[in-house]
Amino acid sequence: MAALTLRIFPYGALGGRRGLVLVERSLMVYRHTWIIIVSGFFEPLFYLLAVGVGIGKLVPSISFHGQVIDYTAFVAPAMLASSAMNGAIYDSTFNVFWKLKYAKIYEGILATPLGPGDVAVGEIVWSLGRGVIYSAAFLVVCAAMGLVHSFAALLALPFAVLEGLAFAACGMAATTFMRSWQDFEWVTLVLLPLFLFSATFYPLSTYPGALAHVVRWTPLYQAVDVQRALLLGGLHPGLLADCGYLAAMGLIGGAVAVRRLARLLLH
Amino acid sequence: MKAQDDATLISARGLVKKYGDFVAVDHIDFEVAAGQAFGFLGPNGAGKSSTMRMIGCVSPPSGGTLRILGLDPVRDGPRIRAQLGVVPQQDTLDLELTVRENLIVYGRYFGLPRSVLRSRADELLDFVQLADRANDKVEPLSGGMKRRLTIARALINEPRLLLLDEPTTGLDPQARHVVWDRLFRLKQQGVTLVLTTHYMDEAEQLCDELVVMDKGRIIARGSPWQLIERYSTRDVVELRFPLGENESVAPRIDGLAERIDVLPDRLLVYTHDGDACLAAVHARGLTPVASLVRRSTLEDVFLRLTGRSLID
Amino acid sequence: MAATRAASGGFSASRMWRCYRYWVTGYRRTWRGSVVSTAVNPVLYLAAMGVGLGSLIRAAPGSAELSYLQFIAPGLVAATAMQVAAIEATYPVLASVKWIRTYHAMLATPLSVADVFVGHLLWVLTRVAMSAAFYLAAVAAFGGIRSVFAVAAVPISLLVGAAFAAPIAAFAVVQEHDNGFSALQRFVIVPMFLFSGTFFAVSQLPSWIRPLAYLTPLWHGVALTRDATTGILEDGGWPMVVVHLSFLIGCAAVGSVVAARNFRHRLVE
Repeated sequence: MAALTLRIFPYGALGGRRGLVLVERSLMVYRHTWIIIVSGFFEPLFYLLAVGVGIGKLVPSISFHGQVIDYTAFVAPAMLASSAMNGAIYDSTFNVFWKLKYAKIYEGILATPLGPGDVAVGEIVWSLGRGVIYSAAFLVVCAAMGLVHSFAALLALPFAVLEGLAFAACGMAATTFMRSWQDFEWVTLVLLPLFLFSATFYPLSTYPGALAHVVRWTPLYQAVDVQRALLLGGLHPGLLADCGYLAAMGLIGGAVAVRRLARLLLH
Repeated sequence: MKAQDDATLISARGLVKKYGDFVAVDHIDFEVAAGQAFGFLGPNGAGKSSTMRMIGCVSPPSGGTLRILGLDPVRDGPRIRAQLGVVPQQDTLDLELTVRENLIVYGRYFGLPRSVLRSRADELLDFVQLADRANDKVEPLSGGMKRRLTIARALINEPRLLLLDEPTTGLDPQARHVVWDRLFRLKQQGVTLVLTTHYMDEAEQLCDELVVMDKGRIIARGSPWQLIERYSTRDVVELRFPLGENESVAPRIDGLAERIDVLPDRLLVYTHDGDACLAAVHARGLTPVASLVRRSTLEDVFLRLTGRSLID
Repeated sequence: MAATRAASGGFSASRMWRCYRYWVTGYRRTWRGSVVSTAVNPVLYLAAMGVGLGSLIRAAPGSAELSYLQFIAPGLVAATAMQVAAIEATYPVLASVKWIRTYHAMLATPLSVADVFVGHLLWVLTRVAMSAAFYLAAVAAFGGIRSVFAVAAVPISLLVGAAFAAPIAAFAVVQEHDNGFSALQRFVIVPMFLFSGTFFAVSQLPSWIRPLAYLTPLWHGVALTRDATTGILEDGGWPMVVVHLSFLIGCAAVGSVVAARNFRHRLVE
């Protein structure tokens, strides 16, 4: 097992606590441009408000695990899951690409004792941290609006860490394959359907049979499923499979990111 | 054996770097002693930067042995890099941070505590004359300032060995002289410098020992004056005749010099006594439009060794 | 000196056309990157919000005759015009001023600032028209169109595009960083997208915030487009149509005047 781990994570990625210095760097950078971080929180909030004030009034109440709930309460956990995903993706894709290809930040870092594994760990931790910050803020808003129905919601934040890891690691891995800014069209092309179709705005049962199966296997659906259960109640063992799915995304994404970074930076 | 290890910071034996089929560095040997300023000289594509990247432990050698500070760059990369300062060919400054933050963050990458870094950053900013720009963003700085900041950044870990890849390329004359002055001071403080350049004046100013590279190989080595002595003459006489006549005049100077280069616009006459040679030219009844007697430089050596055709 | 002379050389349609051609040439090289999202986004939104969410909604706001898809489709068309304008009038403008300095290269030729501005604006509107046409075709395929007047949605989108592109270009050309653009997206474009009558009627908003919604160009654009694709004139009838048109033309005109001034300011003085 140890040997396998070592092979998947070369360059001491797992022991890459040194890489957390990159989080310090990001904190320093965003001290100058905190408005960008703050503004990212508002997008899911605006969506929630639009649903609460407008769309929710058009939709009759919805049935969830046998109990009838308000449409806004149904959408809120999905927005929570989306905000963790978006937060994690912002920094691990566009910003990583810029640092990799244009600013050459990582080349500079590779002249210090840090290696590609440290870079990956540092950037993934920062990216997922951004997702977690958004989740925390969003959770407070949900609680204030009375959209939290279960004490299990306390677990929503630790879960956001797992979800953030999954998307940050895969985002970073994907970024190492990008050749130009135009390739980022694909990021949007993946994120938008995830956001719209992961049982975010209506239950899985709305989809015709085959389509429901496809949705069941998309990454954001796992997160929506878990957050919905945590906020509204209705925990069940199947949620552990969702968590396993996301953990696997994080591990595989991280391993690919480390290998690709080593290849791009050490040649 | 141990004593020799201490004195030799870098040693390369049969060092090779290949990218696919292309051989960038082709079996080179060299040693860099502590306290030395060691230069790699050569045209573009000679293999200088590839060699520097191998020394910087960011490019695994394809063959041969390389020891840096007595360690193996492939296995001990992080330990070696902890004692290196690197000034890359293109600045990799953090454009999102201020001048001072660049130094602090970079020092953190070395695992140095903030308290140490704060005072060290201020000292280094003084050293490279950027103290008054400490809290400015990096982006609007001039090329010379960015270069100085990159040098300061490379010194944040008090390296034993400083690698500089074309430290003054693209700088104006004033900025170059400031950089040279700072590098000279570092050398006096005992920092070992390894640099690449294609500026001959830079090599003459800074280097104790040079290797000239061409097409991945080392084709000459020695101190600047040794190289001049070996591959050129003490003086060079430059003669300009009316356009088109240079070619026909050359045979008439024959015998007055060790070697003559016929260029489209002038003749270069290599001789040990320039004034005597020029007098002899006049004595043969030749009247150049313009003439100049000067000392031989590394540029003469370089052009003799690597040829005059453009390499891109 | 030469630049100043050229810049004060007013406007010439033929010179402006050369500037416009520059953007067309550039797009011919890079269109593949954006064509996917231009074609796919409408399908995704219509499927998710129109079909999927629509299945939960019995009656569209305002009119019992309309399906939810028919209600939101015109809103999405108008909102797309806004979004395309907001992208094309921000990053490319700042890039041309600062990063790639295309405008400076253009001004070193006989082109004037007015030529450069109008040429670029015309290009932005071309992109808006392309996206609107694509979107409209998708709406038709989803059965979201009830009237032949729907073809008017394309010129209406152009007007919406101009109402956004001109003032946004005025803002973009004086920026130093692109930080302002993400703020613009998050605090202006996204809220308008959600609250300007696209997904639900403005009358559902709390009364204190309604006037703000009526003051957004998008609300006027959505209302006009909805008139066209549904063939049902809203409450207020033709006079309201005139109000919408005047409002959008006003935004475009004021935006253009300010933009022209800002362009001159940034590029020549």
